[in-house]
Amino acid sequence: MKILAAILSGDPPRGRALTFLLLVIFISLAFAPLLFHGSESLNVAAKICYFVVLAASYDLLLGYTGIVSFAHTMFFGIGGYGAGLALYGLGPSWSSILIGTAAALVFAIVLALIVGLFSLRVRAIFFAMITLAVASAFSILASQLSAVTGGEDGRNFRLPEALRPGFHLHVGPFTINGRIIAYYLIFFAALILFLLMLRIVNSPFGRVLQAIRDNEFRAEALGYRTVVYRSIGNCLAAAAAALAGVLCALWLRYTGPAVTLSFDIMLDILLMVVIGGMGTLYGAVIGAAIFVLAETYLQNVMAMISHATAGLPVLPLVFDPDRWLLWLGVLFVLSVYFFPFGIVGRLRAHR
Amino acid sequence: MSDSSPLLTLSGVNTHIGPYHILQGVDLAVPRGALTMLLGRNGAGKTTTLRTIMGLWHASAGAVRFDGNDITAWATPDIAQAGIAYVPENMGIFADLTVRENLLLAARSGPIDEARLRWIFGLFPALEKFWSLAAGVLSGGQKQMLSIARAIIEPRRLFLIDEPTKGLAPAIIGNMIAAFQELKKSSGATILVVEQNFLFAKSLGDAVAVMDNGRVVHSGAMAELAEDRDLQHRLLGLHLDQHQ
Amino acid sequence: MTARGELSLPAQRRDFVPALLVPLVALIALPLVGSPSTWVTLTVAGLAMGMIIFIIASGLTLVFGLMDVLNFGHGAFITVGAYAAAALVPLFAASLRADSMILNLLALLALIAFAMAVTAVLGYAFERVIIMPVYGQHLKQILVTIGGLIVTEQLIIAVYGPVQIALPVPTAFRGSVIFGDVAIERYRLIAVVIGLVIFAAMLLILNRTRIGLLIRAGVENGEMVEALGYHIRRLFVGVFMAGSALAGLGGVMWGFYREALTPGMGMDVMVLVFIVVVIGGLGSVGGCFIGALLVAVTANYTGFLAPKLALGSNILLMALILLWRSRGLYPVAKR
Repeated sequence: MKILAAILSGDPPRGRALTFLLLVIFISLAFAPLLFHGSESLNVAAKICYFVVLAASYDLLLGYTGIVSFAHTMFFGIGGYGAGLALYGLGPSWSSILIGTAAALVFAIVLALIVGLFSLRVRAIFFAMITLAVASAFSILASQLSAVTGGEDGRNFRLPEALRPGFHLHVGPFTINGRIIAYYLIFFAALILFLLMLRIVNSPFGRVLQAIRDNEFRAEALGYRTVVYRSIGNCLAAAAAALAGVLCALWLRYTGPAVTLSFDIMLDILLMVVIGGMGTLYGAVIGAAIFVLAETYLQNVMAMISHATAGLPVLPLVFDPDRWLLWLGVLFVLSVYFFPFGIVGRLRAHR
Repeated sequence: MSDSSPLLTLSGVNTHIGPYHILQGVDLAVPRGALTMLLGRNGAGKTTTLRTIMGLWHASAGAVRFDGNDITAWATPDIAQAGIAYVPENMGIFADLTVRENLLLAARSGPIDEARLRWIFGLFPALEKFWSLAAGVLSGGQKQMLSIARAIIEPRRLFLIDEPTKGLAPAIIGNMIAAFQELKKSSGATILVVEQNFLFAKSLGDAVAVMDNGRVVHSGAMAELAEDRDLQHRLLGLHLDQHQ
Repeated sequence: MTARGELSLPAQRRDFVPALLVPLVALIALPLVGSPSTWVTLTVAGLAMGMIIFIIASGLTLVFGLMDVLNFGHGAFITVGAYAAAALVPLFAASLRADSMILNLLALLALIAFAMAVTAVLGYAFERVIIMPVYGQHLKQILVTIGGLIVTEQLIIAVYGPVQIALPVPTAFRGSVIFGDVAIERYRLIAVVIGLVIFAAMLLILNRTRIGLLIRAGVENGEMVEALGYHIRRLFVGVFMAGSALAGLGGVMWGFYREALTPGMGMDVMVLVFIVVVIGGLGSVGGCFIGALLVAVTANYTGFLAPKLALGSNILLMALILLWRSRGLYPVAKR
């Protein structure tokens, strides 16, 4: 038990329902290739994995550091493009991945520093609006530098041998193909990154960050250089997002503006973090899982309802499977009012 | 209309601001037609008391009665319309509006009464001079005058004034004392003034209340307190001649 | 007995410098563009677009300045306004197709009136249902208004479908007026005129009426306004509705400007609107006006000179202005 507490950095889920839910998610993801058949399920599982990292990094920024930013997908994109362009330009090898990741991390952290330092000159509201503008510009820039980035279409690339679908690893009587190896690479990377973030927020650094979030004036008065702490928090979140981007690129074997830089994705992770529960990190796990599952499977449910209400006036339009975001939007608004601490908060309240 | 009951009474008023318990049971009676000084050290709760009366902060316990009405839970605009004028510590001047517009806003019932305006110009000539200028360019003392002018532009029953002499030069304070004396004489209004400047307090106050730690620890006639140096020392920590 | 004897009046520093920025940028662009006739075309286009953005942004900045409410869902009103007008177009088809300025203008005004009515009502609902519960909590406001934006956009797609709908400019407004070798599009001139009328009306209301006085004072210090005896919160709903109606008006104008409607059109403009509001200073109508013209004119010049840098140039502009005045061109003197 002590080992478990150490791994979770002393920040366990707390609450039976929550623990159960998290275990279900964990086990489903850990044994996905065995539990679910078909490539689509594995796609969903992998997507949940890297979105957990992305959402958690956003929670680190929003929930723990208290910075409202709409430019987070920028860092996600930097990671995706970093790994993707390296694999595209330098060939499908492990060293390409490493070089691409390293470059992406450096770029992301430097950019986060610049953005972070600028945020201290202006009020929080201003900052939120400015990040919106910056993210749009970045996205447009990426589409327009088509010679390098592949423009709107992005870049397809191949992965190192071991991660390719055609690759087969024979372990005793079992045959594992490259796709499954890739999946587990992403799964374990996501797990480690999540636990790392858990450690960060529960460290002395993390606690100071939360103190600053709750009452900056007081933290300053107590002698903490809030500027430094917030900048570091900003950079850590950006780095984590970039790594999530690397994982995304590795899974999709593709990188492009639509899957990494679009404002829709920004809204998605905002929904994930808020619905799941801000400032908890576990909220990101639940939010990501709910969101990705809804995106994939809710549409089927909605299609059924849409057919069933075919004769009636407005209903079929509103239940059209393409309108799944409408319902998530409603859920989002409701959760801001009624579950201010998200699902995690709700579940923890009923221990 | 000689009514000797207090115009304003606070009974057992408690006010919390967030987790802080600022007013811890304030009992205060403000006599009609007189000027009451509210004294006390920094942090004693004087400003909080005024703000609670004005409804800007709501009392968590106790009652505030104004001329027979329980105004404890009233909204600020309603309290103002009942005839209470408030001159806050930071003056509350609208810097982007002109002097004229500031006064116009304060004159709730419509256009400004000419005679009243003449009277105000007599007390504060600077306001006439800077009539069409943005209030933000006025000096500290002039802003204070404008703030008070706003309160007296129309007849009011009760004035709540928070530290009118704060940060002002001694010459201007002399001006202020004259203006207040004039105000007392001509309007017969009830005035509650929070002050740190004891000289100012002594020259104008009819009654005095001293606060400490969120409570009123002494109340009575100003003349009494002015003569009793030991009492001054105990309540205010300073002597008359030091506290100017 | 004056306090300081006979003092001279302090100079009323009328801050004109920001107003010079727009002519400045225009002048810088002239040699870069080269041909004067193209320059005029671009400048007029920029002014027209700027007026439309000003109309949209003015509502947002007043609402924030007065009510301290940040409505990220403002873009929804733009879209709703445009679609509402489009819904009524069939009714006025004849008037819009006729080659008569008067008929076109009347029809346009009717569409605008309808769009503004619809968005005003929507604004009322938005304020009471979505925003009122979270007064004072900025983070939650940002979140719920974004949620409102998402839901509204999805509803529009549900009803109208995700594809573009055409909205052709009324007949008499098409084409250009020719001055020598300069061609100025008629519709853009109309847009500039409408924009100026709105700006003048806003200034009149703000500076010459009691309500305007309350709004300007309330933007500075709402608490003091209450202490003077005014129920300023009752004013809030009215201002919010006015802001939403203005966004609706902007939406109609924007729809005709691009001659197309898309469900995301509101959101597209919002990035520029935010830049304008930040540049102008939250709560300042004058700053908003200058900011809008500046942004639109810059976007048009760079759109011609270096299209890839269009949005980037506006962000650079915003950064430069914030470095010069960190709270915007005309920051309202806050509490």
